[in-house]
Amino acid sequence: MRWLLLKDLRLLRRSPLITALLVIYPIAIAILIGFALSGGPDKPRVAFLNEVPQGTPLDLGGEEFDIVGARDELCGRIECVRVQSREEARSLVESGEVLGALIIPADLISKLRSLGGLTPEQPVVEVLVNEEDPVKGQLVDDRIDSLLSDANLRVSQAISEISVTYLGILLDGGSLGFLGESFEVLGLIGAEEILTEIRGTLPENSPDREELDRVIRFARTAAENLDVADELLGSLSQPIQVDKDVVAGDSPSLDVFAIAVAATVTLMFVTVLLVAGSLALEREENAFRRLVRGLVSPTGLLAEKIALGIVASLVVTVLMLAGLEAFVSLEWSRFALWIPAILAGGAGFAAFGAAIGGAAREVRASSLLAFMISLPVAFLSLVPSGTVSPALFDAIGVVTAVFPFDPALRALEGALDEAGPSIGVAIAHLAALTIAYGVLARLALRRFA
Amino acid sequence: MQSRDTTAAGIDVLGLEKSYGEQRALRGVGFSAASGELLAVIGPNGAGKTTLLSIIAGTLEADSGEVRLGVGRVGFVPQQPALYRKLTVAENLRLFARLEGVADVSAAVDEMLAQTVLGERRDDQVGTLSGGNQQRVNIAIGLLSKPAVLLLDEPSTGLDPRQRARLWEFVLELAGGGTTVIFTTHNIAEAERYGNRLLVLADGEALYDGSPEGLHAAEGAGQTDFEAAFVSFLRERGH
Repeated sequence: MRWLLLKDLRLLRRSPLITALLVIYPIAIAILIGFALSGGPDKPRVAFLNEVPQGTPLDLGGEEFDIVGARDELCGRIECVRVQSREEARSLVESGEVLGALIIPADLISKLRSLGGLTPEQPVVEVLVNEEDPVKGQLVDDRIDSLLSDANLRVSQAISEISVTYLGILLDGGSLGFLGESFEVLGLIGAEEILTEIRGTLPENSPDREELDRVIRFARTAAENLDVADELLGSLSQPIQVDKDVVAGDSPSLDVFAIAVAATVTLMFVTVLLVAGSLALEREENAFRRLVRGLVSPTGLLAEKIALGIVASLVVTVLMLAGLEAFVSLEWSRFALWIPAILAGGAGFAAFGAAIGGAAREVRASSLLAFMISLPVAFLSLVPSGTVSPALFDAIGVVTAVFPFDPALRALEGALDEAGPSIGVAIAHLAALTIAYGVLARLALRRFA
Repeated sequence: MQSRDTTAAGIDVLGLEKSYGEQRALRGVGFSAASGELLAVIGPNGAGKTTLLSIIAGTLEADSGEVRLGVGRVGFVPQQPALYRKLTVAENLRLFARLEGVADVSAAVDEMLAQTVLGERRDDQVGTLSGGNQQRVNIAIGLLSKPAVLLLDEPSTGLDPRQRARLWEFVLELAGGGTTVIFTTHNIAEAERYGNRLLVLADGEALYDGSPEGLHAAEGAGQTDFEAAFVSFLRERGH
C-alpha cells in the first residue's frame, strides 16, 4: 500500500500539468468563492430614489403608516444605493452596478391616501431594470415582488377595512361624510323593512304590490350578497402597481434562455471532449508520428479534428433542439440562424478542445482537463451583473471572454429568439477564439510526438 | 534534410548531427545501404538509434547532415505499433493506403493481408490481436507504399520466438525482393543472424560499419560468441 502510494505520488510529480491543475484548481475556485462571499454584496444592490417630500404623513383607515420605518425595513432587505436623481438611477442600472432601481414618486402618498376615499387613484412605484439576460430579469422581478408584497398587504388590509365600513353603512345604514358634508344613509336592510311595511298597507290586488315585491327582492338579494363582499375585499392584494421600465438589454424568455444554456452546455461537452480525446488518441495510439511523416501535416490534422468537432456539434445540437420541441415551442422559422450559431460555437469549442488535447497529450488527462476548465467557466458565464461586486464582475467578464462558452451562449440565444443578443458579434467573437485556440493547439503539437 | 540522388543505391546518409539541448544524440553519423541490403543498427541504450531512424524517416529534423534517397520512398515502422486499435486490420490498412495515395487501395490491402498472413483476421479489431500480429499489421502499413527503403525500429520487441521467426522470414523476403531494410535492435544475436551489415552506434557516434564477421574477427579469437565480442568492442572504446 505504502509503496503504491509513493509510486502514485511520484507519477503525479512527473505529470506537471495534472499536478499544477490539482493545486491551482482548488485555489482558484476558493479565491472565486471567497471573492463572491466577502467582496460581493450579500444583499442585492438596488438604487433607491425617494421623491416623496420628507415628513409627509400617511394616514389610511385611521392607521398611521410609518414611512421612515418602511423605508428602513426595505433597505434592510436589499442594499439600498441612495441616488439623488432619476438620471443617476438610470445610469447605475445601465452600467450593471445595481440590479435595478426603485423610484418612489412624489404623488405616491397622496394616491395611497386616496384609496381610503371615494375617489381612489392607483398608486404606482417605478422600477428601472437592466434585462441583459433573462435570469437577471427574473431575479429583479422576484425581488420587486418580494419587496412590494409586504407594503401591499398592509395597504390592502387598511383599504379593505375602510371598504367594509362603507359596506356596513350601505347595508345597515349610518352616517357618511363626503366633501365636508355629512349624509345619513338608510341602508339596504332598513329599506327592505320600510318597503315590507308599505307593502302590507296596499290592497291584495293592487298592481303596485308586484312592483314593490321586485324592489324588496332586490334589497334582500343585495343585502345578502354584500354580506360576503368583505371577504372579497380582503383578497385585494395589489393596491400598489409597479411600472417597470427596461432601460437596457432586451432578453428572450426564460424558456428560450434555458434552452440556449442547455444546448450550449451540450455543445461544449460533446465538442471539447470529442476533439480533445480524439487528438490525444492519435498520440496514445502512436499514430501521430506515422501520420505527420508526410501523410498529413500537423495543421491538416488539427483542421480535421476541428471539422470533426463542428460536424458532431451540429448533429448533436440540432437533435437536442428537435427533442426539446416536444416540451417547448421553438421558432423553427429561425433555423437558418441556428446553423451559423451552432457552427461558430462548435468551431470555438473544437479549437479549445484541440488546444486541451494537444497540451494534455493523453485521453484521460485531456478529459479531466476539459471538465476542470469548462464547468467553472460555464458557471461563471451565467453570473448576472449586480449579483456580485462590480470589480468581481469585471474580472469574471475577462475570464469568460477568453473561453467560447459565453459567446456561444449569446450566439444561440440570438439565433433562437430575436429578442436575444446580436448573433453577428457573438460569431465574430467565436471566430477570433477559434483562431487563437487553433494557434495554441498547433504550438502544442510541436511537442506532441 | 532529405534529397534524391538517382545515381546512388538504396540510401546515403551523410554526416547527421542532432542535439537535444546539451546532449548530442548524433555526431556526424553517415553510411550507405544498397538495394536489398539488411543493415542492423545496434548499440547500447541512448546510442542514438531511434533518433537516426526518425531523421531518415522524416519525423525528426536533423541539425545538420543529409539523407539521400535513391528511387522510391522510405517506409517507417515505429517501435510501438502505430495503429488504431478500435479499427479492424483491413480498416487500418485501407486508411493508411488512402493517406499514402495508393492507386488501387483494395488490391494493396489484399496484398498486405496475404503477405502478413492475416487474411483471416482482416475484420478483427487490431486491439484484439496478439502483440506479434499487431506488429505484422504495423509493418504491413509501412509497406503499403512499396517503399524502396524500410526502416524498422526494434521490430521484434515483445514478440515470442515463434512470432520473431515469422517476422524475420517476412523481412528477409522483402529484402530478397530488393527492399533496403534498416533495423535497430537490442538483440545482438538477431543482428548477427539477419543483418548483412552492422552499424554500431554509441553516444551518437558511429563506431563500426561492416559485416558481423568483421566485428567478431576484430575482437580476436578470445571471444566465443558474438554478443561477448560486441560487449568487448564497446568496452575497449570506452562505452
